Amino acid sequence: MLLGPSLAVSAVLFALGVAGVLLRRNAIVIFMCVELMLNAVNLTFVALAQQLGVAGQIFVFFVMAVAAAEAGVGLAIMLAIYRHRHTVNLQNINLLKG
Amino acid sequence: MPAVPLSLLWLVPALPLVGFVVNGTLALARPTAKRAVSIVGVGTLVLAFAAAAIAVAGLARHHATAPLVFRYWEWIPAGDLQVAFALQLDQLAAVMILVVTGVGALIHVFSVGYMHEDPGYARYFAYLNLFVFFMLILVLGANFPVMFVGWEGVGLCSYLLIGFWFNEQINADAGKKAFIVNRIGDFGFLVAMFLIFTRFGSLDFETVFAKAPAVLMPGGAVATTITLFLFLGCTGKSAQIPLYTWLPDAMQGPTPVSALIHAATMVTAGVYLVARCGVLFALSPLGSAVVAGVGALTALFAATIALKQWDIKRVLAYSTVSQLGYMFVGAGTGAYAAGIFHLVTHAFFKALLFLGSGSVIHAMHHAYHATHTDADAQDMRNMGGLRHYLPWTGALMWIATLAIAGIPPFAGFFSKDEILGAAFAEATIRPLWYAFWAMGLAAALLTAFYMTRLMLYTFHGPNRTGERERAHLHEAPPVMTGPLALLGILTVLGGALNVPELLGGHAFLERWLEPVTGVAQRLQPAVEVAHATEWALVAGAVLIAVLGIVGAFRLLKPEALVSARLAPPERGLARLLWKKWYVDELYDAIIVRPVMWVSREVLWKIVDARIVDGVLVNGTAAASRAVGWLGSRLQTGEVGVYVVLFVIGVLAVVGAAVR
Repeated sequence: MLLGPSLAVSAVLFALGVAGVLLRRNAIVIFMCVELMLNAVNLTFVALAQQLGVAGQIFVFFVMAVAAAEAGVGLAIMLAIYRHRHTVNLQNINLLKG
Repeated sequence: MPAVPLSLLWLVPALPLVGFVVNGTLALARPTAKRAVSIVGVGTLVLAFAAAAIAVAGLARHHATAPLVFRYWEWIPAGDLQVAFALQLDQLAAVMILVVTGVGALIHVFSVGYMHEDPGYARYFAYLNLFVFFMLILVLGANFPVMFVGWEGVGLCSYLLIGFWFNEQINADAGKKAFIVNRIGDFGFLVAMFLIFTRFGSLDFETVFAKAPAVLMPGGAVATTITLFLFLGCTGKSAQIPLYTWLPDAMQGPTPVSALIHAATMVTAGVYLVARCGVLFALSPLGSAVVAGVGALTALFAATIALKQWDIKRVLAYSTVSQLGYMFVGAGTGAYAAGIFHLVTHAFFKALLFLGSGSVIHAMHHAYHATHTDADAQDMRNMGGLRHYLPWTGALMWIATLAIAGIPPFAGFFSKDEILGAAFAEATIRPLWYAFWAMGLAAALLTAFYMTRLMLYTFHGPNRTGERERAHLHEAPPVMTGPLALLGILTVLGGALNVPELLGGHAFLERWLEPVTGVAQRLQPAVEVAHATEWALVAGAVLIAVLGIVGAFRLLKPEALVSARLAPPERGLARLLWKKWYVDELYDAIIVRPVMWVSREVLWKIVDARIVDGVLVNGTAAASRAVGWLGSRLQTGEVGVYVVLFVIGVLAVVGAAVR
């Protein structure tokens, strides 16, 4: 019965992820931060599943599957961008300026 | 119930409409099929005349005291306003349809000869048929809106036919002038219609005229307002002061058009309207005084201008304006039958004069065309001595001249005398009419003078056309002289329609129109004067006419004229009359130019260019562009910024959801 601490950890992890996405410039790091946020959510699901039923645990599998797919696509895009521009620093990638 | 022939009344206007459709199609598809066009154009008119004659005979057998109304379909059923497309035949409409189809048919026949060389032959007959259709709708309509359809329709056809040779600027301008001046009058007609509807709740002639004595206070402001607005419509259509200026310019159209539209039928629509609404005018002494006053003033004013015009058709145009003035004197005096009588006889002799002038112009034009001379075929200074070359035309035009001058026993004598007599009788109780009578008499003197002048300069004295051209002058073909001869017979005999009892007649037309004019007559009874006075008036009128003719013979020297090219410019009073009292210039200065100035400087340069284009159209575009520019500033292309915005957005949504 560690619901309170579990939720606190996941909140901290999620906040770290958001901070990383907002503050970092390197696409890989941002990517990792997104994964961190997803896993923070997973932790919340698992923690709450203790009380609310098994559906939360099953949802975690879906999130992991989506995260894996996202990682596959996202890394492929980043590889392509790197080959093209020799950098993955997002400050240098702003072709869609209005 | 109406007899069988009467229920076919719709055929009368439908036949010219068929003619228009067929000729219009031919004009577009096969403009060279002149024989078919002639047959259809003239044939439908002759058939329409036959149908009209049958209908009128049916009406006469019927001894109807109320109009026979035929409702064909509900046209405007809108709440309180119920307008049916309905035609009505009564004694007044009967006279009008006979004149329109009868004189119209003769003029169509004349046109076959006059317009034969014209490339727009089919188009011409299509327009002419359409005109007759609308004119018949105008006189047969059983309520104001149907009449208004005809009223506008004849205006349209007038515009189309004045500008028939539209590749010359002056003709197109004349057409536009006629159309725009008529719009001013039509505005008056419309306002009168609205007023009538608000007062009576109906626009049917029968209902309105039956209710009028109860609804309108005699001499009240409403009756006067309605009649004055109606009369504004009449001044436009019937070319009275102040809206008469379009009619002389309308002479730019083909001459048979001038005869049919601008002399015999369309321009008399105003007189018809006043006679039709006689009840309303009888209820407004001020309204009818204005009608008679404007008529008398116009009769005299236009006659003075006709004294010094050189264009043969312009003389006749001003003469028409002047004669229409007479008709309004009759109608405004309450002598509606006299006004309509003059309308009929005027249709005969003025159509004859115009067609005669058409015959002259045809001959002149032919002569100048044959010798490739560039001279004015309508200027009387280029004519002279034509009686040797056009004997028939000359003789018939002399008959019409004597008729318009008022020499007995020709038609004009009876009708003009009746109007002047009625005006004089009215004067015994309303002294203002002495002035109208005197003006009418003065106009009669001038009429006799200027018409004799026209005949002298055109047909007498030495010929001034030119040595080479003289050989080409010849009488018109029978297809043109035939209608002239028939109109000549009508001009001689037309007076028999309404011989007054004073001269041993039975005043047939007056009795015939009694069912229509009776109500108005009872409201505004005619004044009787002693027989001796009447005889004196007749003698005076004839004396005046003879004086005018003899005066013209004495004063004018056709031998002294030189052709238009060599003629010195007019001076003094003659110049003032020749320039038409500078009324066109006056209108140009006080109306046309200010309107143009306001249109250009205010409506165009400020309202259109600045406000509509600048503020509304371009302003909307600029505002959109500004908002778009602001939005585009958010699109930095940097993922970081997007993420920040995204997070703010999520926080906002979550915050809203939690609250």
